[in-house]
Amino acid sequence: MKKIEAIIRPEKFDLVKDALEELGHAGMSVMEIKGHGNQKGISEVWRGKRYKVDMMPKIKLEVVVSDEECDKVVKTIISEAQTGSIGDGKIFVSELSNVYRIRTAEEGKSAI
Amino acid sequence: MGGILRKSRRTNLMFSLVFTLFCFLLFASKAWAGDPSGEQTFALDFRGVNMSANFTWILLTGFTILFMQVGFVFLGGFLQSKNVLSYMTHCFLATSLGALIYLVVGFAFMFGGFEFLGKHLGGGNSFIGWSGFFLFGEAYDVRTITLFLFQAVVATFIGSIIAGAVAERMKLSAYVLSFFFIYTVIYPIYGHWVWGEGWLFNLPFGVGVRDFAGSGVVHAVGGSLAFVGACFLGPRIGKYSKDGTPGFIPGHNVGYMVIGTILLAFGWLGYDAGSTLAAGDLRASVVAANTFVAGAMGAVTVLFYTYLKTGASDIGEACNGFLAGLVAISASCAYVAPWAAVSIGFLGGITYVTSVWFVEHKLKVDDPLGAVSVHGANGLWGLLSVGIFADGTYGDVSGLITGNGGQLLSQFIACVTAIAWAGGLGCVMYLVLKSVVGIRVSERVEFEGLDVNLHGSPCYRFRTGVESPLSEEEERDKNETALLDAAFAKDAQRERIYSEKLGIWITAKPKTEEKK
Repeated sequence: MKKIEAIIRPEKFDLVKDALEELGHAGMSVMEIKGHGNQKGISEVWRGKRYKVDMMPKIKLEVVVSDEECDKVVKTIISEAQTGSIGDGKIFVSELSNVYRIRTAEEGKSAI
Repeated sequence: MGGILRKSRRTNLMFSLVFTLFCFLLFASKAWAGDPSGEQTFALDFRGVNMSANFTWILLTGFTILFMQVGFVFLGGFLQSKNVLSYMTHCFLATSLGALIYLVVGFAFMFGGFEFLGKHLGGGNSFIGWSGFFLFGEAYDVRTITLFLFQAVVATFIGSIIAGAVAERMKLSAYVLSFFFIYTVIYPIYGHWVWGEGWLFNLPFGVGVRDFAGSGVVHAVGGSLAFVGACFLGPRIGKYSKDGTPGFIPGHNVGYMVIGTILLAFGWLGYDAGSTLAAGDLRASVVAANTFVAGAMGAVTVLFYTYLKTGASDIGEACNGFLAGLVAISASCAYVAPWAAVSIGFLGGITYVTSVWFVEHKLKVDDPLGAVSVHGANGLWGLLSVGIFADGTYGDVSGLITGNGGQLLSQFIACVTAIAWAGGLGCVMYLVLKSVVGIRVSERVEFEGLDVNLHGSPCYRFRTGVESPLSEEEERDKNETALLDAAFAKDAQRERIYSEKLGIWITAKPKTEEKK
């Protein structure tokens, strides 16, 4: 099993969510986060002066999928969230040792 | 040498022109002297005291009317959090820039030739007035300027009404430019016909058109302009799916709407009661009470309607119902009895829900705050209601309930004129603006929000990050912005498709395109 953590543009979230639901991955956790990678922020205006905003609002999306589906999900997220401009975000994929469903105490793949 | 000479000649010409203008204005202010100090208007006798009571009443109600703009600003709770500043800026510009343009040109067109508190203001015919530009000359007079203050704060509403319908997608430049036409021509000239005792006021049917506090002059005109503006802009991205089903774009804070509505209602009582323009006109109590109960009835009607329809009492919609009732009673508040005010408010609520459905589902015009229904549809209904419910106790205005049909005909003519005048000129104005400067923001700006892009700052800042001065990366930023523009323009072209598998509407790439 893989955990996919995708950091994307907030404006692109709806598109990514719809595409993932189409793929059959309706289950996801979403967080509103702040941060920056290479983008280094944009400029805003406060009381007539321009300044740089270092921390940009982003959305972090967590989806847990089986090993076979991982590639497909990652490709979908990339194709939906890509604009070609700096600040599109990143996707982190990590290995999970196990998953439990609390309601039924199932574990492993069937618990996803 | 020749160049210098030509230059100095031009300077001379400019100077003599300005000097002549200055002399003319100086002469003008001497020739038709007003009473700028108020000493001649006031006298220490009964008439003088009455005059000062009038001044107090009109000025104080004028101040409460300005306060209504706070209410308008709070209606921004019905918009997405990323566009709130943009809407508030629109209202704010109406309050500042709108009032200034009205001072320079609008007031003269609207009230030239009008008599107020015994002061006759210069020249005007039944079509247009031409006296009181910039309050120069004889308009520099305490009585005229009292009228000006009251009318200038009322005039600011036009811009705020339009702002509600064009919110979340209009270019600020186009919005500002439209003011120079709205506040000089569209609003003042229609206002002159009704309030400046022009041809509509003197129609031979009934006593002529009567619009006590602006259902027609302010709300029907503003609503028509709002409708035309929203038509020309087109719906927000994601509002309608390909087959025309309207979607939902929920607002970010319905609580603001409730605050705004009550603030508006407070100002509205002052607005309607102050429209008596005389402290000695004791009808003001009836006017205020009528206004209040009509608004309350509109709110209750819509609240029950939403409860019956959805099982939830929709307070946001009920707030619009309150405003609909207030708009509907504005024209008739002085001429009807309280029972009739309740009926007008009830029908105002019904008019509101019907026209929301009609505008959204049938005309497919995206109106984020419901300005077209609240102000446009109910402004027209308010005009007609005078011709139906007026009971003849005030100003000799008698409607259908007393058996006179003439008044209704007058009011109907005023409705048709408002739609034709404001709608027609609005079409021309937005068409010109669209082809010259463009009226809609780019798709990227719409996705990211107007606040950050047009006003440089989000309304709600949850940021904890570090700030630093702007560095030398502007060239790179430009390239990145161009990339983003292209990407979001492509996204805006996407269709909302119905997913059979999920049973919901989704914004996804169509299947066929995905395979490519």
